[in-house]
Amino acid sequence: MTAILEARGITRAFGPIRVLHGVDFSLIPGEVHALIGENGAGKSTTMKILGGYLAPTEGELLLDGRPVRFADQREAEDAGILMIHQEFNLALQLTVEENIFLGREKMRGPFLDKKAMREEARDLLARLDCHADPRTPIRDLSVPNRQMVEIARALGRNARVLIMDEPTAVLTARETDVLLEQIARLKAQGTAILYTSHKLDEIARIADRVTVLRDGAHITTRPAEGFSEHAMAETMVGRELSDLFPPKVPARDDVVLQVEGLTVPGRVRDASFTLRRGEVLGFAGLVGAGRTELMEGIVGLRPATGLVRVNGQTIKPNSVRAAREAGLVYLTEDRKEKGLLLTKSLTENLTLLALDRFGRIFIDKKAEDTALTNAISDFDIRVNDRDMLAGSLSGGNQQKLLLAKTMLAEPQIVIIDEPTRGIDIGTKQQIYEFIAALAAAGKSVIVVSSELTEVIGLADRVVVMGRGHIAGELSGDAITEDAILRRAMGVDELTGASA
Amino acid sequence: MTDTTAAPQATSRRRSLPLHVLGPVLALIALIVLGAMLNSNFLSYANVTNVLARSAFIGIIAVGMTFVITGGGIDLSVGSMAAFIAGVMIMAMNALIPTLGIGVPLVLAGMGVALLTGLAAGMLNGFLIAKVRIEAFIVTLGAMGVYRSLTTWLADGGTLSLDFDARTFYRPVYYDGILGIAWPIIVFALVAILGELAMRKTPFGRHCASLGANEQVAKYSAVKVDRVRMGTYVLLGVLVGVATIMYVPRLGSASGSTGVLWELEAIAAVIIGGTLLKGGFGRVWGTVIGVLILSLIDNILNLASIVSPYLNGTIQGVIVILAVVLQRQGKSAE
Ligand SMILES: Nc1ncnc2c1ncn2[C@@H]1O[C@H](COP(=O)(O)OP(=O)(O)OP(=O)(O)O)[C@@H](O)[C@H]1O
Ligand SMILES: [Mg+2]
Repeated sequence: MTAILEARGITRAFGPIRVLHGVDFSLIPGEVHALIGENGAGKSTTMKILGGYLAPTEGELLLDGRPVRFADQREAEDAGILMIHQEFNLALQLTVEENIFLGREKMRGPFLDKKAMREEARDLLARLDCHADPRTPIRDLSVPNRQMVEIARALGRNARVLIMDEPTAVLTARETDVLLEQIARLKAQGTAILYTSHKLDEIARIADRVTVLRDGAHITTRPAEGFSEHAMAETMVGRELSDLFPPKVPARDDVVLQVEGLTVPGRVRDASFTLRRGEVLGFAGLVGAGRTELMEGIVGLRPATGLVRVNGQTIKPNSVRAAREAGLVYLTEDRKEKGLLLTKSLTENLTLLALDRFGRIFIDKKAEDTALTNAISDFDIRVNDRDMLAGSLSGGNQQKLLLAKTMLAEPQIVIIDEPTRGIDIGTKQQIYEFIAALAAAGKSVIVVSSELTEVIGLADRVVVMGRGHIAGELSGDAITEDAILRRAMGVDELTGASA
Repeated sequence: MTDTTAAPQATSRRRSLPLHVLGPVLALIALIVLGAMLNSNFLSYANVTNVLARSAFIGIIAVGMTFVITGGGIDLSVGSMAAFIAGVMIMAMNALIPTLGIGVPLVLAGMGVALLTGLAAGMLNGFLIAKVRIEAFIVTLGAMGVYRSLTTWLADGGTLSLDFDARTFYRPVYYDGILGIAWPIIVFALVAILGELAMRKTPFGRHCASLGANEQVAKYSAVKVDRVRMGTYVLLGVLVGVATIMYVPRLGSASGSTGVLWELEAIAAVIIGGTLLKGGFGRVWGTVIGVLILSLIDNILNLASIVSPYLNGTIQGVIVILAVVLQRQGKSAE
């Protein structure tokens, strides 16, 4: 079959720095072609070039065998090429339906046909099993629901080519299933799909062909059939990979964090739990279970009632600063809106949380510079210019910068919400090791994650949340995927073995 | 900034230098050259002192405005606030003459009143914006009307004048100086230097920029968002007080038309200087250059008679718009 969209010898440079070196790539109608590689390998850049968002520095694009140049993304869309970005591309103040039809509004005479748009929006969302009201502003939606809106927007435009940059990074297993079903449906209709994800099991499930990029270079393209997840991972990183999860270290006996009867109005009811020194405590649950809200309540980012004790001392409620001073910090799941200043330099982002450690009156720029050097090497952040803006880092490297920023505050207790969202497998391993090392050094870590394997592989004990309250607790060998899901869905609330 | 890292940094700097960093500087130099060519008195000591001393009021206020704008805010009330502070200060000084007599204590008391009034006005703006969470534009638009009308009311529709002897005693604060440099210039320079240091080197400056760039991120980074925002308005209020202290001895009076349009000149100077109107990035030295550009245009039009001085506003307006265009090109070149 002939390719619908093809790239030949594509390179791309940002200023003097080249990030893609002669990538060849083709997409055939009715196939799912997966693009995989480490953070910063150039996946998003390649996708943006194919989607008309970026122009290649060299090389050419062929559409239906004829050379094309897209002046902008609009032209690509007109040619039937649609892209869902890694970072959201939604207007936060507008409603779900307004976003879905942005730039393609349905008209009735001179007026907007709101009714038709609302109905179609509802249909599209229903296909994705998403029950968000088309009239809610995006601002009020959870991160996964925003992703669903983004996907619905693409579905609504009957794309011939659909480019998806890590669409499942913010979704839970169940939502991912729904999305993958939709992809299979589109594929059956002959849509060509370019897909990337750091979750290699997804790739194995849906891809027909796999292309691996490493450091901006094309390494291989081969059928997914017979390309094992392990082999994919090793081809991506270019070396052998050992066990993903480090061995668990037993926690000490003393309790460092005690949460009692914490209630976040409308979100979380009466949550109580404890955390011990050197413990890795997992928090699992479906999206909307209230995990993020609970954590934000604990560290004072959301108005909450109840008690939070650190080392036996009650901390002042509703004050992020007080929590931080007590050694309690929270790493957000929403790195773009809440985690990083995308228009600021790496240094300014890195030191923002712990700025008081860099001088009381004047900021010590030398020390900041050293901190950046250390962060780059400790967290293996791939930067091509120390002066670049945080927003120009690849998604995974932004996550590493965020982690480095949080750790710079030298917390005693770290709450990490989705620690490896958008992170490649090699780096995941580094981060898991890092979390284990923190625990071994006597720090305590709470890992909130939608990836069950992650919670199971890391935590000594898992708290399961469902619909705004704590639905159960599991420890040791009782932590299994099945047990977690049953509690999360409220099947097994009272009977389960809890620690 | 200390440049300790290698080559790539240098190139990126150089790339972004020409347009939005060098632009205002080049414009200022061009104006100076132009002025010198048009009129031989332009570079004379008297004219330079005159220009700088007159820039000082707007300049001191604009430095404060830089922080407010960098933090994602705006303050439209500063011109009326200056008039109000001047009025209160004059009334307080006149009232205190019987107790304190004419002398240094009286002037110090007047200065104290001006600073406190500025502080209070800034706190009120800051409180309504940061704590009550009303939009800065609305709050300060309201405050602009309130102070303007209060001043007119205090002056009973006319002019509030400082007692003649007190005025004579106070006058040197505007007209004298040390080593031939007038006091307003010295104060402006000090405010500008401290402002530049605060913006670039202190946590407060960093926090302002983070607040303007993304308030959520700042909040999640344990920045005391409300306090920083409040701080920018308080700082501005106090600086309006300082500017008024330098202004009152010049004329010795205040009326409902004192400080009219100062807010717009201050905001214009900030924008010309390269601070982003939507917040997140601010440059105090740029603001200083912006202020100088605006007052040089005024001065040149007055000295040379090619273009009518009435067109001053037109030229300043065009320059503000040009500055923003330059900024945008600087951005997209990155
Ligand atoms: N606007 C930009 N300016 C400078 N460098 C950039 C810019 N955009 C991307 N880069 C660089 O290009 C390289 C490739 O980035 P890209 O986002 O394509 O990676 P990726 O493979 O999608 O990674 P991830 O898995 O982390 O999302 C990175 O080194 C990144 O820092
Ligand atoms: Mg990417």
